[in-house]
Amino acid sequence: MTQPTAALKKTPLHATHKRMGARMVDFGGWDMPVQYSGVLDEHHTVRQRVGLFDVSHMGEIEIQGPEALKLVEFVSTNAAAKLKAGQAHYSGLLYEHGGFVDDILVHKVADDQFFICVNASNQDKDYEHILSHNRFDANVENAGPRYAQIAIQGPRALETLQKLTPVNLAAIRYYHFTDGTVSGAPARIARTGYTGEDGFEIYVAPGEAERLWDDLLAAGAEFGIKPCGLGARNTLRLECKMALYGHEIHSTVTPLEADLAWIVKFDKGEFLGRDALLKQKERGVTRKLIGFEMKGRGIGRDGYEVHVDGSPSGWVTSGGPSPTLNKNIGLCYLPAQQCEIGRAIQVMIRGEGVDAVTVPTPFYKRAK
Amino acid sequence: MYPENFRYTKEHEWVRVEGDTGTMGITDHAQKELGDIVYVDLPKVGTVAEQGKTIGSVESVKAVSDIYSPLSGEVVAINNLLATSPEKLNEDPHGAAWLVKIKLSAPEEVKELMSAADYHAYAGEE
Repeated sequence: MTQPTAALKKTPLHATHKRMGARMVDFGGWDMPVQYSGVLDEHHTVRQRVGLFDVSHMGEIEIQGPEALKLVEFVSTNAAAKLKAGQAHYSGLLYEHGGFVDDILVHKVADDQFFICVNASNQDKDYEHILSHNRFDANVENAGPRYAQIAIQGPRALETLQKLTPVNLAAIRYYHFTDGTVSGAPARIARTGYTGEDGFEIYVAPGEAERLWDDLLAAGAEFGIKPCGLGARNTLRLECKMALYGHEIHSTVTPLEADLAWIVKFDKGEFLGRDALLKQKERGVTRKLIGFEMKGRGIGRDGYEVHVDGSPSGWVTSGGPSPTLNKNIGLCYLPAQQCEIGRAIQVMIRGEGVDAVTVPTPFYKRAK
Repeated sequence: MYPENFRYTKEHEWVRVEGDTGTMGITDHAQKELGDIVYVDLPKVGTVAEQGKTIGSVESVKAVSDIYSPLSGEVVAINNLLATSPEKLNEDPHGAAWLVKIKLSAPEEVKELMSAADYHAYAGEE
């Protein structure tokens, strides 16, 4: 059911988006900017220069205490014990049956303190899930309301942000973070992102968000910075084959099927979903996520059926135009025995099969 | 903004009737709502269009929108420019980026459509 607009949640930058003329949409119960100058323009701006995103809708969960690590290790698939303080990794929260509760970023703040960034629409579910499995000496806090999050992404992101912080940003390696200040405000600065470009995700108190947003736009003006919306965020992440919850992954899909075996560390010991995944690994997965490129005219979009040899075989999880490659691309699930690279497939678009071919992913990788 | 000699639908198409032929497209309001248009799917010449029924689709980066025929008749021409330059629909929706021409079978249907002033009010209020 559609909720009345008044019921939509707002980020601390909501008024700023309205003031700056963003087009807003309901995204998982949040009134968020889908575009500013246009999805294509914003996409190219991030690939070539620098773009600014309000991602304050994302949730944060903090886990602290003597057994914080044990709890994180038990509820997530990646090996949190291998993280050093100031390091982050991508991981999965799974149900016992191996399906995703959510995909998450785990930051190790200290030996007894972890900071987890989760999807906006999943934050309460994730919090309840972690809490229900907390048989450890650790405290779990649903910390979303304490943080605004701004992502600055693109080849000029570092130069832009460096103007506003005494922290030596070049010294922060990819998937590392540090606590410092930006524009004088205490901030957690992580070299992470969801665009495939270099950049940072900055966590600050909600009250600081508007000033930080304005300062970043001013600092990046000489590089052609532009505010960006969720539309460009989606085309950027799709080109890099980064999963989106509700599309590539959800409660009935496992990391092994989603081509995310690399975030599952079986040798770390017991964790939720381990037994189910081990069984699946032994039997072999029956379906896999694979990239495709349209050959015929048309765009294969989320939810469209995929046919192989004339029979329904799978579905598109995310699909659309790739502004960088100027092709129509997508991701789909196919039977494991039918998903070798270069296979001719058909995407059903309004009742007609349109030719496509499976291709290697990511579709785009930035030059280092 | 909205030409006086066009008539408009609630689904944000326009049609310009000259003799027994109607030229149709989508309105400036529609292209703005869609955002960057990347693909246009038009019917084949010879297709019989029925007022209010789907005759094609327009796709932006994010979404697919159906195009509804403002009037009934036979499609006698389609704008091939849009196959190679769908972005024209963002640039000139009331002019160069018309979609199809229809030989009208029930010209009186045009009375059911909105005037420019009515459409302006309708699109503004939506």
